[in-house]
Amino acid sequence: MSLKTPLYQNHVNLGARIVEFAGWQMPIQYTSLKEEHNATRTHVGLFDVSHMGEIRVKGPKAVETLQWLTTNDVAKLEKGQAQYGLLPNDKGGLVDDLFIYCLDKNADYLVCVNASNKDKDFAWMTKNNKGADITDESSIWGQIAIQGPKAVELCDAIFTDIKISKMNRNEIQVGKFQGHTIMVATTGYTGETGCEVFIQAAGTPALWEALLAHPIKAVPVGLGARDTLRTEMKYSLYGHEIDDTTNPYEALLGWAIKPQAKDFMSKAQIVAAKENGLKRKLIGFKMAERGIPRQGYEIKNSAGQKIGVTTSGTHSVTLDEPIGIAYVETAFSTEGSEIYVDIRGKLIKAVVCKTPFVQK
Amino acid sequence: MAFHVPEEYYYTKDHEWAQVDENIVTVGITEFAQDQLGEVVYVDLPEEGQKVTQNQAFGVVESVKAVSDLYAPVSGTIIEVNSSLIDDPSSINDDPNNNGWLVRIEMDSEKELANLMRSPEYKKLTSDK
Repeated sequence: MSLKTPLYQNHVNLGARIVEFAGWQMPIQYTSLKEEHNATRTHVGLFDVSHMGEIRVKGPKAVETLQWLTTNDVAKLEKGQAQYGLLPNDKGGLVDDLFIYCLDKNADYLVCVNASNKDKDFAWMTKNNKGADITDESSIWGQIAIQGPKAVELCDAIFTDIKISKMNRNEIQVGKFQGHTIMVATTGYTGETGCEVFIQAAGTPALWEALLAHPIKAVPVGLGARDTLRTEMKYSLYGHEIDDTTNPYEALLGWAIKPQAKDFMSKAQIVAAKENGLKRKLIGFKMAERGIPRQGYEIKNSAGQKIGVTTSGTHSVTLDEPIGIAYVETAFSTEGSEIYVDIRGKLIKAVVCKTPFVQK
Repeated sequence: MAFHVPEEYYYTKDHEWAQVDENIVTVGITEFAQDQLGEVVYVDLPEEGQKVTQNQAFGVVESVKAVSDLYAPVSGTIIEVNSSLIDDPSSINDDPNNNGWLVRIEMDSEKELANLMRSPEYKKLTSDK
């Protein structure tokens, strides 16, 4: 099965190269990955992220359920606030990572999850429900991300009842666009300012066209640049940095885990790994010799012994040099540590560096 | 999109071209291949003197997004490497059929050319994609 977002025809009309991703026909690039990446860093990029899953959690037991299911402190969210969190399995690993948006405190929450995990997440949340009303709303919502230095100006021009210039980061407001319900969230996956707009599926093409038609000249950006942008920020991507075996403290996501505040799924196992001392940590590195790291390439010490594995790697468009993210044994995780990447059988020297790779 | 496919070249199914001048074969990737890859940012090419075998990988080109092996169109010995690509591989995108050439191979046997495609067949291969 291959799904099409409400914007599929718009992508085809723009001449995008379409690939299958997580069961969806998605644009990987329109003109050039580099141009799209740079447009997001220096101007404003538009991303079709309609493939993402939206799960609605409502009712008097919504907070109790989300507190049990996820790692961050959902009770702290006030109406209009958003929070990154993790969805643990019952073995101390992760089903997914997600964003929780509070639409009405103690009553109505929107959970945005990865496209590739949506069905698994929904089944897991339903199975471990503590009495909330949980609905898969993924087919109802289209989603467009507007990211970059000009995003605020563009959105303020397009939206009449929501001004993102008046919003802080990680907030959400509900409004209308040409009669369609929209939820505008000041979140994103690029490191740039801007927002992610949930819009009723039928209204998604009209919003996309309105954003593109504005004289600011926003640039449509495909999944290729979406990945290089998030890699430069060292944002985790499920299936790369995190999966069903990941301890989230090893992934350096401890800031989204609140064991003091509450009990949650797998809490004892997740916290024990930290208290017993983390065996490996997720680090960023740059190459000291020629080569581009890629997911799956082994990390070795100078003696050629395996000490870790690359989770993501690319040629950073912003920095114009290769960058990588890897799990390495804790002893090699400090900034400046020399490590070696096994690239097609050759040990290529690299150095653990400060992240995000691109400082915003 | 129509790609320029020089008639005098030979082609592999993996989208390398081979220009034959007596027993010297110049090798590059096709316009179609560079378009599929996107902007090339890295090349890994063999040393001069290295032996290569037809259909075996002899190097790598990488774009921001993808890693792609390079396959030898013929067996032989590498006699020249386009070393300008090491620091600036952009000519692979800008001029893949000429200045973006990768290596020159001294071919062992011209009989192997029979295993390669000519331009009409290669055009058909890429137009089917």
